[in-house]
Amino acid sequence: MTRRSGSALLALPLLTAGCSYQHYQSTFGNAGDGTRHFNTLFTIFLIVCAVMYLAVIAFLLAGILRRRRAAANIVEESRHHESDPLMRSGLIGWGAVVSIGLVALAVASFFTDRSDASVAGKEKLSVTVTGNQWWWDITYTAGDVSKTLHTANELHLPVGVPVRVFLKSNDVIHSFWVPSLAGKQDLIPGRQNDMILVPRKIGIFRGQCAEFCGAQHAKMALVVDVDSYGDFVKWWEHQLQTAPQPSNPLTLAGYKYVMSGPCSSCHSIAGTPANGTIGPDLTHLASRRTLAAAMPMNEGNLYGWIEDPQSIKGGSHMPTIGLEPNQLHAVVAYLETLK
Amino acid sequence: MSSRSRASATTIVALALVLGACDREERHSRAKPIGETVPAGQSPDTIWPGGKQPPPLDPRAKLYDNNANAIAQGQQLYMQMNCVGCHFHGGGGMGPPLMDDQWRYGGRIDQIAASIAEGRPNGMPSWRGKLTDDQIWDLAAYVRTLSGQPSKDAVSARSEEMSTTTPATLTPREPAHTSDAAQP
Repeated sequence: MTRRSGSALLALPLLTAGCSYQHYQSTFGNAGDGTRHFNTLFTIFLIVCAVMYLAVIAFLLAGILRRRRAAANIVEESRHHESDPLMRSGLIGWGAVVSIGLVALAVASFFTDRSDASVAGKEKLSVTVTGNQWWWDITYTAGDVSKTLHTANELHLPVGVPVRVFLKSNDVIHSFWVPSLAGKQDLIPGRQNDMILVPRKIGIFRGQCAEFCGAQHAKMALVVDVDSYGDFVKWWEHQLQTAPQPSNPLTLAGYKYVMSGPCSSCHSIAGTPANGTIGPDLTHLASRRTLAAAMPMNEGNLYGWIEDPQSIKGGSHMPTIGLEPNQLHAVVAYLETLK
Repeated sequence: MSSRSRASATTIVALALVLGACDREERHSRAKPIGETVPAGQSPDTIWPGGKQPPPLDPRAKLYDNNANAIAQGQQLYMQMNCVGCHFHGGGGMGPPLMDDQWRYGGRIDQIAASIAEGRPNGMPSWRGKLTDDQIWDLAAYVRTLSGQPSKDAVSARSEEMSTTTPATLTPREPAHTSDAAQP
């Protein structure tokens, strides 16, 4: 083996380990019931398949060596295994090992499906996630209509509570994927899919659209914030509040521009005349972790995004308006009060 | 050069020319550079009653007319901004129909854009400042498909959203009014 292929072999496990070092977005993360069950199943499959693979390789090597040693003396005999008792019992044993392995895989798969399905009907909360090019609209519904909550690009979940997520799309096929919590599920226009999430770890996880949905598919991320039940209820109560009134001349100027300008044609801010339904709800924009489903929320990104969204996320429905600097300062100052 | 290689060279040149003609869907998501704003009053009314000649066609028209992307974006805006609420899908209701050959304020793309931007009496609101100029022109490009004005290769046989209406490629073209004709 050359040195290069040796170092490549060494690098491979390091690279695969790299896939899981980040707790934030990991297919091996154990943060939800979906991934926990799947990881157990994956481990069982890996062990069974590894044992079978090694056995096959061992037999292959034995066959090659045996043939080489004895080739000179043995005359080919078509049904020689029937006459060789060792070969006979060996083949029976091999058949038994294969059957046991396959049965073990089938049983493990059955119980994983069963435990995944066992939470159905026990969900305590339902959330509708609607895919748009290129952001996520999120609606929480409770029995009480006045508690219905609209937000975008940030999903809050209480830890340990089964949540039914309804998945819809307004334009093209998207796919809802939070690898740390569960597998993928598609969002299909004209249909309603659903899945159940049971988060088991408090933390922040990243989701990503997993079905190519247009030019800015890569910039369609989702933040999932798993809280304790108390914190979740507190968050919900806070999100139900309407936007604060502008308190100084600068934010007032921004408020006036947002209400009379193009912003309110598409966006809504609760407690104000802005009631567009095309773009994300901005009522608590500044309390979110990300902006435009792609960037961290901070003042610089807010300035850049509002001034020229088309150079950041070309092709999105947010138009480049060409605000004057004084309008831009005012609009950003107002949006930053939307905590 | 053999006749065969000459034939293949001709084919390649012809193909390159054909590809060069693919401007059906030219996208210009940033319609104007930052800082360059349209001075107020540059988009005057284009109502020209009687026999008076209308002004020449706005040069921006060629960016949007017969542009598949502008038409598709305009179609989305037509639903999103609730044009359907009054004009329906071109058949008209509370607002006048958009699929016939009758244009009170002109049926040219710049005249339609002016009607959207400025608003018109008896109910049509002004969208200036509520939509960007780019979006208003996209809408005007789409409105012209309702009476079959754009060329058939610019409109889509399938709309952007789920729809049961007849594809735009089958919309019959209504005749243009002579009073709308642009002066050279």
